[in-house]
Amino acid sequence: MSRLKDRFARCRRVGRAALVTYVMAGDPDRDTSLALMHALVAGGTDVIELGLPFTDPMADGPVIQAAGLRALAAGQTTARTLDLVRDFRRHDQATPVVLMGYYNPIYVYGVERFAADAVAAGVDGCIVVDLPPEVDGELRLPATRAGLELIRLATPTTDSRRLRRVVGDAGGFVYYVSVTGITGAAAADPERLKPALAAIRAATDLPVVVGFGVRSPAQVAGLADIADGVVVGTALIDALAATLDGGRATDRTIPAVKKLVSALSAAAVSPAPPRPGSRSACPASAVP
Amino acid sequence: MTLTNSLRTQPDERGRFGAYGGRFVAETLMPLILELNEAYEAAKADPAFHEELNGYLRDFVGRPSPLYYAERLTKHLGGAKIYLKREDLNHTGAHKINNCMGQILLAMRMGKKRIIAETGAGQHGVATATVCARFGLPCVVYMGEVDIARQAPNVFRMKLMGAEVRPVVSGSRTLKDALNEAMRDWVANVEDTFYIIGTVAGPHPYPQLVRDFQAVIGEEAKRQCIEKEGRLPDSVIACIGGGSNAMGIFHPFLDDDGVRIIGVEAAGHGIETGQHAASLTAGVPGVLHGNRTYLLQDRDGQITEAHSISAGLDYPGIGPEHAWLKDIGRAEYVSATDKEALDAFQLLSRIEGIIPALEPSHAIAHAVKLAPTLPKDHVMVLCLSGRGDKDVFTVAEALGEKL
Repeated sequence: MSRLKDRFARCRRVGRAALVTYVMAGDPDRDTSLALMHALVAGGTDVIELGLPFTDPMADGPVIQAAGLRALAAGQTTARTLDLVRDFRRHDQATPVVLMGYYNPIYVYGVERFAADAVAAGVDGCIVVDLPPEVDGELRLPATRAGLELIRLATPTTDSRRLRRVVGDAGGFVYYVSVTGITGAAAADPERLKPALAAIRAATDLPVVVGFGVRSPAQVAGLADIADGVVVGTALIDALAATLDGGRATDRTIPAVKKLVSALSAAAVSPAPPRPGSRSACPASAVP
Repeated sequence: MTLTNSLRTQPDERGRFGAYGGRFVAETLMPLILELNEAYEAAKADPAFHEELNGYLRDFVGRPSPLYYAERLTKHLGGAKIYLKREDLNHTGAHKINNCMGQILLAMRMGKKRIIAETGAGQHGVATATVCARFGLPCVVYMGEVDIARQAPNVFRMKLMGAEVRPVVSGSRTLKDALNEAMRDWVANVEDTFYIIGTVAGPHPYPQLVRDFQAVIGEEAKRQCIEKEGRLPDSVIACIGGGSNAMGIFHPFLDDDGVRIIGVEAAGHGIETGQHAASLTAGVPGVLHGNRTYLLQDRDGQITEAHSISAGLDYPGIGPEHAWLKDIGRAEYVSATDKEALDAFQLLSRIEGIIPALEPSHAIAHAVKLAPTLPKDHVMVLCLSGRGDKDVFTVAEALGEKL
């Protein structure tokens, strides 16, 4: 069983939505990044989503843009990000790690080599923002051969006809971008997400994870009722950035992020397994 | 292309020019891009759309633009007979408005209520602000902070016409970052917003659509050259940043084997210094802003900053059709430095009474090198893509003059 499948199955068994936490690889430096990954797990993260820094992150808001630039300034590269995952795997064989980024650094690295090296390093999946289903074959096929799950994104603009195509040969889980906008944008109302998530569930058996605009434990609690997983990114990077001194990590950096992760994780409880036909009894409107 | 033996039938239905182009965008934008494609195909097939567009090009833009025999420049260089395609005489002073007029009519057909655009030198921003004012649509123009500082007159023009100019402070704070920021706006306002891209780049169908709207330059030049010379030109030269004026003048000539096609990139301080904007000459293929093309980037695939004295050429990418034309060898791509462009800027001003923009000054700089090597019966058509009023402060500063 793959780490991702295993993790989502376990979350379902224990009655929680998977907490997916996003940090930027190499932000603010490589050593802090490695320590941070372990701290995310200690704080109750179920899946780590690791950003691949890129100079031109078109779907990201200012907070994640700044994180990427800090990482690049500290010398982070795609090869070093794979090294980071390899080092993480020395002490953690269980927590799934998914890379999220943009296509150009992967394309330039070489898709075959990237897929092989990523799997060898212990990466489980990959989300590439600017590779929609129409063009992702050039990475998806080598990734599938190597055993790297290529995770697809669905959005509020994905209509039913496209949705079939999006989930058709998707791997890992379906990442539902809950708002039409960039990372760090205003949150979506869980009530409004329900029909979209129902449509995705009707089209696939893959777990459905909701991201973009999710910041607080209260929001996580609201989404845990209706999704298999919830992604928090910008809020964690905000917490990290607030502890930096002249762009460098301080003693407060890791504890600050870990504290927020613990609160988010405690909120990721779903009273009933969120599968079709067994919708939660807890109305989302009761969520603060 | 092999079926029809024509180089003018690209891109394919996936938006590919050979290996280049495509649609590398976030899923949020994908349905919109497909919708835009359908709307564009419908407009293209509708004679009423062309009639409307041609009417505005004639009466509002001032087309056709003249094909002007640069007699004194020709004599001065002592070789090829040089014609200037006077896009500088268009309303707003550059070729950019050809495309903006086409796109805003398309936006209105699609029922869009708000226009966004990116701009480098400000020419595309001014042209977009102009058509928005003409048709009464709100307009937001993203412009890098660095470019705002060096193109103040254009910023004021946009504001005068009611556009909101939003300074972009991310990344290198120039054209590529303005494009990123416009994409971020678009992704957040998909319902009502139309993004008027200013060059032959971006996700399909933009490279094709912008080329088609700019092809009026080449179609006119072809007709005018036949009127004046009784035949096609021997060479066509244009400057290249993203490549829209060049693609516009090149495209109608692609199947005319006898016509030599030359694109001139900005070599900035010199290719060897690394401070330039010559993505075809010194870049490698990659994926940025929705398409695969040649890019200035490092070995890790991080986009590097371009440099040119001309803000309009200061872009680390290039339209995908140019990438393809380079690979198949149909067009030649060369470069001119800041200094060569500055010299050409002054030469044309002095010798022809035409102050060119710094962008086409790169094309003139190449003509200065090439024309003397060619026979007197060689007919060269050079796209004078814009006028230089916007650049007088930059040029004065470069020449050490205080205004």
